[in-house]
Formats: sequence, structure tokens, C-alpha cells
Amino acid sequence: MILGSINPAVLLAALMVAATPILLAAIGELVVEKAGVLNLGVEGMMIMGACVGFIVAVNTGSPIIGFFGAALGGVALSLLFALLTQALMTNQVASGLALTLFGLGLTALLGQRYVGITPPRTPKLDLGPLSDIPFLGRALFTHDIVVYLTIALVGAVWWFLKYSRAGMILRAVGENHDAAHALGYHVKRVRVLAIMFGGACAGLGGAYLSLIRVPQWTEGMTVGAGWIALALVVFASWRPWRAMAGAYLFGGVVVLQLNLQAAGVRIPVEYLSMSPYLITILVLVIISSGKGRSLNAPGSLNKPFHASS
Amino acid sequence: MIRLEKRKEPSKFWRIANPFLAVALTMFAGGVMFAMLGKDPIVAIRLIFFDPIFSETFASYSRPQLLIKSAPLILIAVGLAIGFKANVWNIGAEGQYIIGALFGAGVALAFFPAPGWYVFPLMVLAGALGGFLWAMIPAILKTRFNTNEILVSLLLVYVAERILAAMALGLMRNPDQPGFPGSRDLRRYEAAHNAELIANTGMHWGVVAAIIAVIFAYVMMTRHMLGFHVQLAGQAPRAARFGGVAPARLVVVCLGIAGALAGLAGMFEVSGPGGQVRIEFASGYGFTAIIVAFLGRLNPLGIVLAGFLLGLTYIGGELGQMMLQLPGAAIQVFQGMLLFFLLALDFQTNYRIRLTQGMRA
Amino acid sequence: MKKLLTAAVLSAALATPALADTTKVGFIYIGPVGDFGWTAGHDRARQELQDHFGDAVETSIVENVDYGADAERVMTQMALSGTDMIFAASFGYGPDVNAVAGRFPDVAFQHATGYIQEHDNISLFDARFYEGRAVLGHIAGKMTETNTIGYIASYPIPAVVSGINSAYLHAKAVNPDVNFRIIWTYSWFDPALEADAAETLIEQGADVIMQHTDSTAAVRVAEDAGVMAFGQASDMVEFGPNAHLSAIVDRWAPYYISRVQALKDGTWEAQNSWMGFAEGIIEMAPWNDRIPAELQEEADGLIAAIAAGEYHPFTGPINRQDGTPWLADGEVADDGALATMDFFVEGITAEFPN
Repeated sequence: MILGSINPAVLLAALMVAATPILLAAIGELVVEKAGVLNLGVEGMMIMGACVGFIVAVNTGSPIIGFFGAALGGVALSLLFALLTQALMTNQVASGLALTLFGLGLTALLGQRYVGITPPRTPKLDLGPLSDIPFLGRALFTHDIVVYLTIALVGAVWWFLKYSRAGMILRAVGENHDAAHALGYHVKRVRVLAIMFGGACAGLGGAYLSLIRVPQWTEGMTVGAGWIALALVVFASWRPWRAMAGAYLFGGVVVLQLNLQAAGVRIPVEYLSMSPYLITILVLVIISSGKGRSLNAPGSLNKPFHASS
Repeated sequence: MIRLEKRKEPSKFWRIANPFLAVALTMFAGGVMFAMLGKDPIVAIRLIFFDPIFSETFASYSRPQLLIKSAPLILIAVGLAIGFKANVWNIGAEGQYIIGALFGAGVALAFFPAPGWYVFPLMVLAGALGGFLWAMIPAILKTRFNTNEILVSLLLVYVAERILAAMALGLMRNPDQPGFPGSRDLRRYEAAHNAELIANTGMHWGVVAAIIAVIFAYVMMTRHMLGFHVQLAGQAPRAARFGGVAPARLVVVCLGIAGALAGLAGMFEVSGPGGQVRIEFASGYGFTAIIVAFLGRLNPLGIVLAGFLLGLTYIGGELGQMMLQLPGAAIQVFQGMLLFFLLALDFQTNYRIRLTQGMRA
Repeated sequence: MKKLLTAAVLSAALATPALADTTKVGFIYIGPVGDFGWTAGHDRARQELQDHFGDAVETSIVENVDYGADAERVMTQMALSGTDMIFAASFGYGPDVNAVAGRFPDVAFQHATGYIQEHDNISLFDARFYEGRAVLGHIAGKMTETNTIGYIASYPIPAVVSGINSAYLHAKAVNPDVNFRIIWTYSWFDPALEADAAETLIEQGADVIMQHTDSTAAVRVAEDAGVMAFGQASDMVEFGPNAHLSAIVDRWAPYYISRVQALKDGTWEAQNSWMGFAEGIIEMAPWNDRIPAELQEEADGLIAAIAAGEYHPFTGPINRQDGTPWLADGEVADDGALATMDFFVEGITAEFPN
């Protein structure tokens, strides 16, 4: 039996790792969109995080400081987006795309001298006896700390949006900015903070690639992960746990198709390599069909806000 | 403090002056960057903005090239703009472009080597159909299953890229060159070749199609009922529904037009300037066209200008790399700056800067 | 004002070359020079070329040039600006190189890994990577303990396919039980995917990883998993000091220098050069110490035999995957067959794509 060589525990472990960078970026973008802002510059902010995180980690010798640097790098780029879309009222779609172009170019310049070197190692988390549990130990308890922190972040965002007062304000701003404004909330301030959060998360996702997953710096190394993150937010219908489910689904299919290839399954390779995209679409079709008209999209998403009074 | 105040009427002056101001600011900011990279900023700016059009050495060649580079961008962007106006978010024009190219090339390769005037028209139809069908996937999933078109159209780009690779390596591979990926060179097959209509002008059928599309879109948006429905659906969806606009039909129409035009762009490219179905055939036109659509403010005429401006920076950027050893990345940053300034200054069209006393909420 | 030399003046370039002291050489690349892989290899050679000739050569590059209209335009502009010689560093530029070469008969074109040569001002050149793969296969076959070797491949094109076949044949020769597991990524560069692929292969029992993709991800994954790997295009030892056994390093410089020298001497003419160990175009990164001395000697011997022309990596008897004969006993594959290879050899269990 060919499939016998595929170990489900290992598959589960691998998909959690594969999903982490896109999940980090997606959870940030989810908050941004919940605040009513569509930032298509996720790819640009991710590559910024990958680059700045790498540079900081190499120069300080500390991957942890590197991750902070990555978050700041993502925030810096996101502030440019905030300046354009919030202060100068530019079109969000175009600004986001321009941000991606700008980020890819800027990081290629910044990182020129960092090609071909290795960053300091991120220590493995030792969970001791937990990792010895049969099946679950291998699947769930053998990862680096970022994998767990990402899950914690998803939980925190879920709690924040659902139960905290600040989260309620953020949702109100995203749902109907005129009403939120009338109630005295600072629409722009909320949105700028959300955009910064999105930038930080995307930066961390990029740094996960350049510092842990790959680890190397090469220009363009995110290879479209930011776009997948954007798709995940839609897939999730703007719900945090569903974003995680989506990231694990996508990562899972990626890892599964690689396993099927390696196991020599007789499915043409080109179909296997497009399967993650097709299956993600298919699953979304199944979830979204039969629902009413509401897609749960924030009401003011991608609409400019200008206080008239 | 500084406040923005919305103008009652968009300023005509700033609408025209802004692009020039943006280019000037980009020249300055880009010049600073080039200087920091140790290059002569004046020479760099001249290479990017002027030499493609005016230089003795290059212009006679690169002026026509400007048409070749900009035409697909304009053709795709015009279609996308109609959808964007109606709040239909087709992010996947790149995929529609690829599938259109594959359909068009498929027809050509099926007829090869038969001569015949009918081959090229059939390819045009096939290209449009290919893009249309690929766009119908998100359209139908949206109308039948309520599935978000951003996600579907975007993910289908990756699927289309895999299909392109599979075609270049398999079904469409040139049988005369066994083992090598890539189809026959369509420029060598006269009946299928999208040749220059007048030598050394860059004018090919794709440029003609772009011109027709621009006029068509302009008339539709300003004179036709459908254009009115599109605008209404975008600005006041509820009113549109009461006004008898069927949202499902509008989604199909918008995605269909954009898909067909993107497919046409792909087909004209593969049968002319591109020449061949190859793995790296797609140059990101479908994504760049989104920027072009918004830079042109979703207006067909604006899109023409935006398409040419962006095309110019691509061609000039290549000159900058070649003549001045500028890194390719610096050109990307420069393009990013240009976009930022163009977008950022636009606020002056709709808003007025006011200095006010004290703080206000 | 060298830059403004007109095409008319240059038309004498081939007949009476080097009428200007400075030879202008242009390079177009499919990727960025910072890719640490394919394009970086070519740019390394360009720098050596520049260092070798000093002021007598002026090089210029354009990165990230897509196939088709973009490539044609960049090369035309190079020709218009008075470039004497153009290196096009990716096989997909074929139709574009030929189109431009037809219009500029006085410019010398050098097309890497190309296969279309319709004008007598186009030289094609390529590296016999399969020679290097034979050495990797030999080492891998001896070093593996699980008898499973993982192979990360990009696209099923002849250069990649002949590499897999060569590695497999030589692994099999020293280890009859060896088994190849192959993953196609359908991209040349996707670090995260390559890392996932390496992990998958290791989980499925591979203890040696080979790659025909550009990133260093697989070497690092192998290092962390305590298995072995070979780098690609550049020496990647820094990414896995224990895991990295060696790498096939691309070294185009000697060829580049000889071609520019020929142009300066007026002896340049169109060629089709397929070079390997003998010409120094490919070389192996230093052996890892964990390779036993005896095996190192064997590998050195294999390289020497290939370089001397005493041994060809594709020497029969070799059957195709379906068991039909390909090369008879003692028969050596001809270059045409190798350059267009689109099948696996017998013994590889994976299905051939398409």
C-alpha cells in the first residue's frame, strides 16, 4: 500500500508549520478588514518583515529581536498605507497593490548584502514529556514557539473582537463608519491602529519564513504567501478560528500533495500541484452555498471615510 | 491644525495638474534614491522618462514598443474598471489572460499549418471565449453559491499558471522540438501571426482592440443603460435593486466583459509580441492592470494615460538598468513611488486643505 | 560617447573587431542577481569577466526580464546602444534571441541552455549538469542507509530529467537497492515549498536530499533532520555544515572570458558548446569530511574519468522506464538524445509527468 508511507501524525505536524506564516498574515489582515479597510499590500508587508527581521537578527545575533524588527518593518510599511488611505483618502485597492510593488523593490535593495548567509538559529521549544505522547506528541508538541504563539494570537483576536469593548468599537467602525462616527468613535484612529496591527502580523509571518522556516534571505522569497493570506480572510468570512481552519486546510493540502507525489501516487503532478487552490475554492463553495445574502463582510469594507463635520 | 475639507465639485484644475505634479515629485524623490545608490540622478530620470520617447538612439524603436507594452495593460484595465465601478472585485485578470492566450494558441496549433484567413479571427474569438469562461467560474460561483469572487478569481490565477506550465510541457509542446517546453512560434505561422499592421509602428491587432475597447467602454459608461446600472450598483446598491438592476446579471456581465478583454489581451500577446506558449509567459499584466485601472480613476480615457505612463516606466526602467547599472529593484521602488504620489495627490481633486484653529474631534 | 556608437559603425565589429578598445557586453537575466542560484551563477561569471578584462570590457545587465516581448525589447535596446555581445541567460529566450539576432547581424549573441540557432551570429552554450549529477548519485548511493534518496525537481524539462536519470543510474550502480522519491514543485524558486518538500521526503525515508531548485531551504531542513543533502548551483555548505555533502557549482566564467577574448581577437564564430568537467564549467564544492576518504577518491576518480572522456555517464545497457531498450551494451548516448530527454530510465518507480 503506497499510502502506508504517509504518517498522519507527521502530516498534521507539517501542515501546522506550513500554515503558520500565512495564518499570521491572515489574522492581521482580518483585523484590518474588520475595521473596514482592505489592504492588498500584505505581500509587500510580509516581504518587508522577512527582510528587516533577517537583517536585525543577523546584526544582533538574536532571532527574538529579529522578530520584533520584522514587526516594526511591517508596521513602517503599513503606516505608509495608512497615510495614503486614511489621511489622503486614496483608493485602498490601488494603494495596497502599490505597497506590494514598493515593498518588493525596497527589500531587494535593503537585503542586497544579506544574500547567502545564515541567520542565528531560533531555539527549538522543548515540551518534554508532552512530545512523547503517542501520535499527539509528534503531531502537536514538536514545534517552535511561533507556531503556538500564532494559535494564541488567533484566540486573542477572537476574544478581542467578540468580547472586548475595543473590539466592539473596531467592528462598529468597520460595519458602518458613519454611525460609529456619530457615536463619537474616532474612525480614523481605530483604522490606523488596525492597519498597524495588520502590518505587524504580516511582518511576523514574513520573518517566520526568513528566520525559521527556510531560513535565508533572497529577494521575493515570500513567493505569493501574502496573496494566499488575503484569500484566507475571505475564506474565513472574517472569523478568526475559521481563518485558522482555512490556513490549516490550505497548508494541509499542500503538504498532502507533496506526500502523494513522494509516495508515487498515480495522479498527474500538475493536478496535484494545483490542488491546494482548487480544494480551497471547493470548500468555500460548500460552506458559502445555501447561506442567505450576507457574506458577513464588514459593511464599510473598502469604503473611504471622511468626517463631514 | 490641518484638515481636509471635501469640495462640492471635484477640482478640474487639480485633476489635470496632479499627474504632472506627481511625476515631478517622483523625479525628485527617485532622484534622491538614485543619488544614494551612487548614480547620477539627472541621467537616471532622463533615461526613464525621456529617452524612450526622445532619445536619438532608442526612440525610433522604443516609441512603438510603448504601444506594445501598454496595449495589454489598457485592454485589461478597461474591462476591470467596469467591474470595479459596480463593486465586482475581479482580482484574477492574470488567470483570464493566461487562459485566453491558451485558447487562442490552441486554435492556432489545431489548424497548423493550414493557411486561411479564418484562422486568426477564430483565434480572436477563442481568446475572448477562454477569458470569458475562466471569469465565469467566479461569476457563477458568486451568483449560484454566494462564493466571494475575490478569493475565487485570485486562486484561479495559480491554477491557470499550472495549466500554462502543463500545456507548455505537454499538449501544446512543439512536436518539431521534442523534449523542449514551449509551443510552436506562432509568429512563424502566417495565418496565426498577430503581426504589426504597419511596420515599425508597434501597431498590432491588440492595440486596435484596446482602442475599440476604450471607445466602447466610454460610450457604454456614459450613454448606455448598462453603464448607468453599473454606476448605480456601485454607488447605491439598494437603489439599484429597486431600480430593477438584477445584481446576479450584473456580476455575470462585469466579470464576463473583463474576462473576455483579458483573454483577448493574452491571445494578442501570445500570437504576436510573445510568440509562443511558454512557462514564464505571463508577465503580471493582469495584476499591473488593476493599478492602471485605479490610476486612471476607472475612466477609460484616464486608463489610456495611466497605461502609457506605466508602460513608459517599464521601458525606461530597462534603459536605466542597462545604461546606468541601476538595480532592477530600484526601478520597482521608483514605480512604487510614482504610484504613491499619483494616488496621494489625488486628494486635491476632491478635497481642499484647510488650516483650522484648535483641536476638533 | 561610446554609448552612442551607431549601428553603422558597429557593422564592422565582426569583420574587424575591437575597433574600439572597450568591448561592450550585455547580460539579460530571467531572475534577480541576488537569487543565490541560477542568475547569481551567471552574474558571478560576469564579474569575473569584468575583473579579467578591466577597462577593456564594459558590462551591463538587466534583471528579471520575462520571456517574449520584454526580452526582445531589452536585447534590441542593448544592440541599439552599441553592445557588441549579448549573453541571454535562460533557455526560454530562444525565439527572442533569434528574432533580435536576425535584425542585428553584427552583434554576437550567446544563448545559455538554448536550442534554436537560426543565424550565424548566435552561439549556444550549456553545461553538462548530468556529469555532476552522476557524481552526486554515486556518493548518494554509497552514503544512504535507508536506500531512499529524495529528489526535489522543478519542471520536467530535459536538463532536469537527464539529471534525475544520471543520478539514479549512478546510485543504482553502487547500491542496487536504492530507490528515488521525486517531488515536482513546478517552480524554480519557492523556499517554503522546497522546505515542505524536503521534510516530506525525509519523513518518507529519504536520508539524502538532492535538489534541482534554487533555494537553500532543503539543505537546512536536512541539517535539522540530521540527514544529508547536496546544494544546487552554489556552494551551500553554510546552510548545513553537517548535511551538505557537496554541490554542483556553476562556473561559467572561463567560457565567458574565452568568448569575449575571441570577439576581441576577431575569431568569434557561432558555436554550440556543451561543456562539463573537462572545460571547468561545472565543478564540485569541497567534499564534506563525513564522506569516507575512499569514497572521496572514487568520486574524484569518476570526475577525472568523465573529464578525460574515458567514461560517459550514459553508457549502455540502459532501458527506458517501461523496459524497452534505449542504449545497447557499451553504447553511449548522443548529445541530441540527452538534450531532449523526456523519459525516465528503468528502475525509477515514479511516473513521468505528462
